[in-house]
Amino acid sequence: MKSGGRAGGQKEPPQAPVRIGLADRDGAVGTIMLAPAIIYVIGLVALPFFLAVALSLSDATVGNPGIHHFVGLGNFVSAVHDAAFQFALRNSVIVTAATLVLLTILTILQVELLARDFPGKRLAEILLILPWAMPVALAAVGWLWLLDSEFSPIDWILRAVGLLGPGTVLGPANNLFYLGREWLGLGAIVVINVWRTLPLSTIIVLAGRTAIPDELYEQAALDGAGYFRVLFQITLPALAVLLIVAILFTVLVIFGDMTVVALTTRGGPGYTTQILPYWAYLKGIQGGELSEGAAVALFLFPVLLAAAVLVLRMAYRREE
Amino acid sequence: MRMTGLFRSIGFYTGLLLFCVFAIFPAVWMLITAFKSNTDLYNPTNNPFLFNLPPMLSHIEFLFAQTNYPIFLWNSFLIGIIVVAITLLLAVPAAYSLARLMGHWGEHSSIAIFLVYLIPPTLLFIPLYELVTELGLANSIWSLVLVYPTITVPFCTWLLLSFFRSIPRDVEEAALTDGWSRVGVFFRVALPLALPGITTCVVFAFALSLSDYIYAAVFVSATASRTVSAGVPTELIRGDIYYWQELMAATAVVGIPLAVVYGLLFDWLVKGFQVELPRRAAAPPA
Repeated sequence: MKSGGRAGGQKEPPQAPVRIGLADRDGAVGTIMLAPAIIYVIGLVALPFFLAVALSLSDATVGNPGIHHFVGLGNFVSAVHDAAFQFALRNSVIVTAATLVLLTILTILQVELLARDFPGKRLAEILLILPWAMPVALAAVGWLWLLDSEFSPIDWILRAVGLLGPGTVLGPANNLFYLGREWLGLGAIVVINVWRTLPLSTIIVLAGRTAIPDELYEQAALDGAGYFRVLFQITLPALAVLLIVAILFTVLVIFGDMTVVALTTRGGPGYTTQILPYWAYLKGIQGGELSEGAAVALFLFPVLLAAAVLVLRMAYRREE
Repeated sequence: MRMTGLFRSIGFYTGLLLFCVFAIFPAVWMLITAFKSNTDLYNPTNNPFLFNLPPMLSHIEFLFAQTNYPIFLWNSFLIGIIVVAITLLLAVPAAYSLARLMGHWGEHSSIAIFLVYLIPPTLLFIPLYELVTELGLANSIWSLVLVYPTITVPFCTWLLLSFFRSIPRDVEEAALTDGWSRVGVFFRVALPLALPGITTCVVFAFALSLSDYIYAAVFVSATASRTVSAGVPTELIRGDIYYWQELMAATAVVGIPLAVVYGLLFDWLVKGFQVELPRRAAAPPA
């Protein structure tokens, strides 16, 4: 537990006899180097964050944005009674959980593939990182077209192999209307989220994978351990910390982001694919009720904060 | 033995192929769409993956000549570069200071920094919108330049903090006893060793600022200041009319070159996350 990062010798090396310049005083240099970032984060993250909290407890609107009158938890109470909010809460939890499960499995598989060298690895890396290179909003528009209600090429393939269309398994209609149905829409949102975050989580976890010494694998091979034994007894335990970081990272980003939903289903049909961040945006900015929008955005923050602290503490403790 | 090896290779390449197809399928569809004529595209009986009519460039010409897409591209590029510069100026010194100069709590501030990164833009954009308006920056690219470091600085500081911590202290202390100042050690010893982490930060800061949608859509409504992320959907989706070929071309023009650049930097990005390795490699879990 003591001073985690110290490598090697216990004793500080002897201090140089004369140290006067400002550039030599660690405390002063440290403060000067740290100050700009701290000032920026206080001004543009911390203060706005507390403003958002204050806003959620007030009755401010777009027309009257001042925080003059506090209404306690009234905004939270009225937000919770909204049918749209209940859908949004449910969907945010479902989408985040489903993304988490799929992303974990696919990340582990993809990391295993990329852990070894093979001809054409460069090309594979370029292809695999592509989803992350596209700005999220534009990628979402691409998926909107890919899942189009009339011209989706996926529907065309399904029709061509005889799975879709009149008298087939998937129903009499010629199209599946991915974004026009509750569960297909949610499924599509999960797939898009997994698609766009998989490269990032792969990169993070791969960093841990390449750090596992080869001797461990050679030893396991000598002992005659099978593929799955190696995976579960050597690879996964060693990856645990970075896997937790990567998953937390991507999943919380997904939980707080509205871009994909805003550009594909727009929460529809009805409110059935609504999620919390987009509902906060619609309520707060489009609907003009700043305070209730802020309440919606804040709703799960305490839970998330607790979960993140807990998971990160576990991860860091394991490491130290 | 040889049979299992063969099966493994087949399994390996099948897996790889499936992942690649999943990753690029939307992009392939975009590329095909971008060159299709309307009559070819809007016919559900046509094979969508073939050019049933000859490919044409007119939609791409339209995108560059008749829309504000070139302006969006330039704005996004400019904002990205400035945000990268600001991010490095703020995050690199801060991370070094926390890792080396601020004592115990500095070294252990990782979790706190990570949590700052996790405060979602959906929570901050209402107060930040008021701030930006107050400062008279609404509708200009400078509002985004001001705000994007809220996403990039915590992330990069977190990454670089671990990176600086993983550099053995002995290296720096040797230089200090040789009579170098702390500032000199920072520039001449620590910075070069942290280069993979800094490269990762550059790529991330650029990618994050390019990808932002919510701030760009809320803060800027003037066409001349819009970014690619917010400008393309608003300009090329007009009510119920989607300019699909132009939309797909606009996405491919940004995404594919960046994928090549990021893909070539792939190993560097992985190295950027490869922090505090010596300890973990030395003591693998039992």
